[in-house]
Amino acid sequence: MLQKPVNAKEVTTWEPVIIPDIPDLHKIDIYQAHGGYKALQKVFGMKPDDVIEEVKKSGLRGRGGACFPTGLKWSFMPKQSAKPKYLCVNGDESEPGTFKDRAIFEFNPHQLIEGTLITCYAIGAQTAYIYIRGEYGKWIRMMQKAVDDAYARNLVGENILGSGFTINIYIHKGAGAYICGEESALMNSIEGERGYPRVKPPFPAQYGLWGCPTTINNVETITNVPVIISRGAEWYSKVGAAKHPGPILVGVSGHVNQPGVYEMPTGEPLVNIIYKYAGGVPGNKGVKAVIPGGSSTMILRGDQLEGVRMDADSMKAAGSAVGTAGMIVMDEDTDLIEVITRIAKFYYHESCGQCTPCREGTGWLWKVLKRFEQNEGRQEDIDLLMDVANNIEGNTICALGDAAAWPVQSMIRRFRDEFERRVKPDSRKVSREEVAA
Amino acid sequence: MLSETNLKKVEELKKRYPTTQALVLPVLWMVQEEHGYISQDSMKYVAGLLNVPYGHILGVVTFYTMYHTKPVGKHHIEVCTNVSCLLRGSGKIVRHLENRLGIKLGETSKDGKWTLSEVECMGSCGTAPMFAIGEEYYENLSPEKVDKILEALR
Repeated sequence: MLQKPVNAKEVTTWEPVIIPDIPDLHKIDIYQAHGGYKALQKVFGMKPDDVIEEVKKSGLRGRGGACFPTGLKWSFMPKQSAKPKYLCVNGDESEPGTFKDRAIFEFNPHQLIEGTLITCYAIGAQTAYIYIRGEYGKWIRMMQKAVDDAYARNLVGENILGSGFTINIYIHKGAGAYICGEESALMNSIEGERGYPRVKPPFPAQYGLWGCPTTINNVETITNVPVIISRGAEWYSKVGAAKHPGPILVGVSGHVNQPGVYEMPTGEPLVNIIYKYAGGVPGNKGVKAVIPGGSSTMILRGDQLEGVRMDADSMKAAGSAVGTAGMIVMDEDTDLIEVITRIAKFYYHESCGQCTPCREGTGWLWKVLKRFEQNEGRQEDIDLLMDVANNIEGNTICALGDAAAWPVQSMIRRFRDEFERRVKPDSRKVSREEVAA
Repeated sequence: MLSETNLKKVEELKKRYPTTQALVLPVLWMVQEEHGYISQDSMKYVAGLLNVPYGHILGVVTFYTMYHTKPVGKHHIEVCTNVSCLLRGSGKIVRHLENRLGIKLGETSKDGKWTLSEVECMGSCGTAPMFAIGEEYYENLSPEKVDKILEALR
């Protein structure tokens, strides 16, 4: 259990650049008055390869969950291609505990558009699709308005600002499927298919949308790009953690006094995020556990948070991941079995059904966890859960299988006592066959 | 099946994608917005309009949770019960809604006015608990706030 620190470390002072504190920044006039679309003009005077080089030097890593180096991803795109090239911007944002891209759509849509244009220029794409989850109908309208305004000023469309470059941006509305946040499922969804992930290789840079070279980046990742161009890779690379630099949007939810999205440099201590940014825990209760980066990341015990920071290396060392930086805080009274059962239900519901280990395994996990929830767990169920999770992990086409396995594995590893307490005292030994049935 | 305005929109959309199959999701959205749900006849219509097999359309409609194959109530309340909402009392909100509306999760009231559904994370974790009615998000809910919202819709 983590108790309120007596001398919480001071918050790093940070002037936000992803969602700056400027009233009405979502309006094109205001955005331009604050230097908006200047990075785009700068880029038109650069070679596309130099833009990629700049982003590589900045050290920007994807903000969608995998922390993959963005510039490196762009460099996988073929220089010469007989087929058209595409950019997909992933705004499916469906990982439970994640609500940061929504803030970008609402408060700084033009920076996302500018980043999209710069990325298209760098990779040689003339068309970008911004895929936004269907539930965000209201935010899709906000984005559409911003795109329309940018078209009206010739910042998007044909021969942008007389540069000779044509880039079109289209918004594509999802229809309710977590799996469409997986890059290849998202492409299938744009193509009018069910959101089934594709077997990789081939990777999107070789065979993406309609079999053409495609790059796909998260909304927040793309929104970082204009900052790198205008302030320089040198400046950007010095923000936050050395190996995972830049500003990051951390969404804090659950048992905190001030839940919300906070922009900060990477590498901020989790303890500071809970107590300084999010105002601590209601009733000054202790922190029992934290899910640091969306529901698929491994759960951390409250008493292991000291010294853990919000960057890829620190999080990995602690046995979890940055993920989407959607941090869910749970106080000392939380029923963790209820939490893990709900998470398992989610993955069971969202499994696309292509791969047997995930389609069947996620259902089994949920079914067995429900027994614990009702204090009906059996002695052998804990090992059974581990066994099922281990056999899903790594055995599926996409990462949803892993995402379903990790929370269960980490919950058992770090909170085994919670499970043991929910075992029915007189539970008899049941054979494996009986359990599976 | 689709209005003139929407049919014009379909023609515009065709310019955005190299295949007409890519219009499946946008066109299904139009159908649902006009008719409230997507009937079997609508699916056949979309199949003809986009020259895509009916079976493909059926597959897509049943894959995505936001497409309805049956009519839903005039006010479709979608309550999130995922972790962040759970931690902030979505259970209490669900019970309160069930009591007030006299229906359980997944049901529609006899007068066709209300449908109550459980949904997965809506990206409203910082303002939990929440429910959505159509495109509108109602956030930071309490039973008292729920009563006010229901009253305004009655």
